[in-house]
Amino acid sequence: MATATDRKARQGPLNAVPVILFLIVGFAAPLLAVIGYSFMPERTFGLFQKPSFDNYVTVFTSTSYISFLWSLGLAAVTVILLALICYPIAYGLARVFGRWSTLLTLLFTIPLFVSENVRLYGWILFFIKNGVLLGTLKSLFGIEIQSWLFTEGIIVLGMVYVYLPFMLFPMTLGVSMVPNETRDAAFDLGATRWQVFKEVDLPLSMPGIVIGFLLSFVLAVGAIVEAKVLGGQKVIPITHDIEIAFTYAQNWPLGSALAVLLMVVVGALVLTVLRRFDLDAILGRR
Amino acid sequence: MTTRLPVIELRQITKTFGNFTAVHSIDLSIGEGEFFTIVGPSGSGKTTVLRMLAGLESPTSGDIVLRGQRINDVPANRRPTCMVFQSLALFPHRTVGQNIEFPLKIRDVAPEERKKRALQLMAQLRLPEDYYGKNVTKCSGGERQRVALARALAYNPDILFFDEPLSAIDYKLRKTLEKELKDIHRETGKTFIYITHSLEEAMVMSDRIGVMRLGRLVQVGTPNEIYTAPNSKFVSEFIGDVNIIPVRLANGNRLQSDELGAEFSAPGMPAGFSVGHLVVRPESLRIIERREDAENVLTGTLYNEYALGSRIQYQVRVGEQVFIVERLRQQALNGRLDTQVLVGWNARDSILVGD
Repeated sequence: MATATDRKARQGPLNAVPVILFLIVGFAAPLLAVIGYSFMPERTFGLFQKPSFDNYVTVFTSTSYISFLWSLGLAAVTVILLALICYPIAYGLARVFGRWSTLLTLLFTIPLFVSENVRLYGWILFFIKNGVLLGTLKSLFGIEIQSWLFTEGIIVLGMVYVYLPFMLFPMTLGVSMVPNETRDAAFDLGATRWQVFKEVDLPLSMPGIVIGFLLSFVLAVGAIVEAKVLGGQKVIPITHDIEIAFTYAQNWPLGSALAVLLMVVVGALVLTVLRRFDLDAILGRR
Repeated sequence: MTTRLPVIELRQITKTFGNFTAVHSIDLSIGEGEFFTIVGPSGSGKTTVLRMLAGLESPTSGDIVLRGQRINDVPANRRPTCMVFQSLALFPHRTVGQNIEFPLKIRDVAPEERKKRALQLMAQLRLPEDYYGKNVTKCSGGERQRVALARALAYNPDILFFDEPLSAIDYKLRKTLEKELKDIHRETGKTFIYITHSLEEAMVMSDRIGVMRLGRLVQVGTPNEIYTAPNSKFVSEFIGDVNIIPVRLANGNRLQSDELGAEFSAPGMPAGFSVGHLVVRPESLRIIERREDAENVLTGTLYNEYALGSRIQYQVRVGEQVFIVERLRQQALNGRLDTQVLVGWNARDSILVGD
């Protein structure tokens, strides 16, 4: 009896071996390779040379910080705008729209089935000189305006548009997690609508909001095509720098160092937020 | 019972949701300091009535009057009323103390004053003082119950509403909390309006009970009146085990049961009675030895017995119908299962009701 249990206990890790191997090869190995390359000499393709911090020194003495700031800044603006736009929609989906919610959710999901690039070129057609918007204004009303394409504003618009579902859906989940009776109770105990929102709705939907923030921020920091396509390379985000290093410049070690730095910065931010908003504590589980 | 001034009144209150009428033209007046319980099966509209009283729903037609003032348009947060919800609706992200202090915080009461009041209420409701900083989600069912009540009392309402707060609690604790609630009612002197689907629970606590069925208030009375003089088959059945015999009026003011092929003498006959039900409670129905021992007698088979602690319940089958008889434990009938017995009752111990 005891030996049978022992054998079963030993079988557990053994059975996990295929998954562990798969994760090592598919998930950890590329990451480790990137980290490894970041310590290799400039413009080499080998992974087993004398490691050094040269690439990091190059990054810190170059103007890469501008790209970092652009990436983080654009992501921050995007996430804040997304929060402001998505909360009312999430509230509506969870509480107000009733049976229309399913249809609306579907409408918000459908764009995800179309390639991001295609959708962004759609925006180009919409905003371009003599395009859908400006062309219509010109021919119908004779109004001629400067195109907004290739500005920072249009990059933010593109990013808000692309990452909206990633903020909206966790947020909707968060809002729908607030029990109606709890809101009624707060109102019944004398709270105004605003106080109910502040004291009950917001804190209790915080897990969904935080997850939405993190998800869309992490994705937005890695955004590249919005700046390339809509921004017309007016702004070079860090991801673009990384791409250049890996392709045109053929400098994998430098690209790797940039990528590692980006991971470190974003990882630190995410961990800080997760420490500040302990999801379990918010949910009252501990 | 002394007559009380009405504190809150429902006048011709109707509530419809789409084409479903949840509450049907209810008239009800509840007295100052009264413990009033609305009883009904699920879907009878009792929770809707409570939510309208609390201001969380507005009536489709009719008036809600608080001490002579029409309050239909006063929202829940400005009514001097407070509700203890079925789910209790505690704030899971707050401590016991913060939950209780919530209504005071909303009113900008100073923190030290709030804490003082919260600790007072916790003492009154027998919550240990060190629970002040405890997360409510870590409290037991009974403790949460007390926190919810303390929070409602902190609001200092004139009327407290209770929406089946004890329904999810096990029997023993429920019995304790029922008594505690009635004690709190006496201590505070506030009006309590309570909702339950259990008439038994209502009986223990209430000054008066209103029975609801399909959105209508079918009977209002003291627990004793509801128990001894139910005005319908529905109300009489609601209190638990009861024997009901369908009857019609026969010659000489007697009642005829076609199913049982028997005639009974009747308690007081309502004017214009023709068909209805004769209700005999299990403790009024007796197993007798001689036909002369009761006014109405039926012959049946003693089919089964159930021990209820202080009493024993017997099942007697008469034709197709099952009768329930209760006796004290000391009067147990030993070794008589499957034998013929006589069951009987006196007319004055039965109640004649319509449908």
